[in-house]
Amino acid sequence: MNRLIATVVFAFIAPFAQAEVLRMAVTTSFNNSGLSDVLLPQIKADTGLDVQLLVVGTGQAIKLGQAGDVDAILVHARAAEGAFVAQGYGTHRREIMFNDFVLIGPSSDPAGIAKTQSAAGALARIAAAQADFVSRGDDSGTHKKERDLWGDAGLDPDRFGAWYKEVGAGMGAALNTAAGLDAYIMADRASWLNFANRRGLALLFAGDAVLFNQYAYLPVSDLRHAHVNHQGAMRLERWLTSPTAAALINGYQINGAQLFTFNAK
Amino acid sequence: MNDILSGLQAAFWLVVQLDADLVEITLRSLQVSVSALAIACMIALPLGTWLAVQRFRFRRGVIALLNALMGLPPVVVGLIVYILLSRSGPFGVLGLLFTPTAMIIAQIIIITPLIASITHQAMRELWAEYHDLLISLNTSRWQRVRTLLWDGRRALLTAALAGFGRAIGEVGAIMVVGGNIDHATRVLTTAIALETGKGDFALALGLGFVLIALAVSVNLAVHTLSGTERGSRW
Repeated sequence: MNRLIATVVFAFIAPFAQAEVLRMAVTTSFNNSGLSDVLLPQIKADTGLDVQLLVVGTGQAIKLGQAGDVDAILVHARAAEGAFVAQGYGTHRREIMFNDFVLIGPSSDPAGIAKTQSAAGALARIAAAQADFVSRGDDSGTHKKERDLWGDAGLDPDRFGAWYKEVGAGMGAALNTAAGLDAYIMADRASWLNFANRRGLALLFAGDAVLFNQYAYLPVSDLRHAHVNHQGAMRLERWLTSPTAAALINGYQINGAQLFTFNAK
Repeated sequence: MNDILSGLQAAFWLVVQLDADLVEITLRSLQVSVSALAIACMIALPLGTWLAVQRFRFRRGVIALLNALMGLPPVVVGLIVYILLSRSGPFGVLGLLFTPTAMIIAQIIIITPLIASITHQAMRELWAEYHDLLISLNTSRWQRVRTLLWDGRRALLTAALAGFGRAIGEVGAIMVVGGNIDHATRVLTTAIALETGKGDFALALGLGFVLIALAVSVNLAVHTLSGTERGSRW
């Protein structure tokens, strides 16, 4: 019984007995890439900040920032980021790095997207063939980007038939679904390279400039939420834009392929 | 089938090498679920017994409600606790969201009805047996509850273990209120969900087998220590 009480007491004290903590909401694609495992220990060593990552979709990341439940967010959805700052939830927006989206599909490529010249053209072929396509459907940055691309191709995903499957899940779970269905899917390159359960899927299309994916860092405003660790968030921003971060980000590779390109100014 | 074999293999290596991360999340799983269980038992055991002893107007309604709450969807509990503990929610000033404490609170809400319900079922039978004796001894209501709790302790053990089982295997609520933060709120079940998301089925299954082994050994340990299932006793 004594040990039971000790456990209970410990459980309540434990959260308060930590170093300086900074909570940052990041997108699943950033975390699934494995880059965070490289950056976080170095951040801890250089700045003393214990960065706790909340891995969520961009929609929820922004919601967490608005509620003041995190100190900063690192996301990739330009329009939503602008609104976040304009409404006073974030102090400013700082571009950090970019990676790119790729189109994945069954290696037999029934819709023939590998030969197309543009992302819009590739998607138009998938729609014309009515080949199975898995969409994130979770209001994440990747999902928003995918909907924009359908729009570029002159198509409206809300009118698609049963071949268009919105799974409402993170990148990894959506890739698992696509692998199970042998379906097409749009993914960020990092998640794809790190994805272990590929089965019959292959990278079919990449390289169009519209598939460019900019990550930005937004500290949550301490005017709106007095409790947020704004000092810590500023220290983290200085680190994320430093030459140390540039070297780590540009040097991060999976199977010899560079995933992210540092472009903070 | 291959996936399951490589899962077993992954579990074996994780345990043999005493992987530091595995030890950490396993201990946190235990910390959260055992704390939630201890607090839930303090509420549910007396409550379930009291419901068996006491007669009052809405008793049937309360019991039916309790039984229905056994099926509370964890993810809904998680969402409600999340909204309450969020910085913009009513208890935001406490700063509890995304801490193990928040996970404990959510699990208490999930398992209390379950433990209270099972307790009530067991105590009802015991009360039928003890009714005349305890009434004729002119015991107070609290004395009756205490007597039943003590004499029915073996049945209560089952109730507590059922609660522990639901808590340790639960993922929906703690994922939402804990946030699955590495080295802060990651536990076995949320780690399994994460590895599944990465498509690393071997590691996910490996963690799953560790979780099952943990649940089995806790149950075995409790039964051994409390001396149930021994030939000479019931």
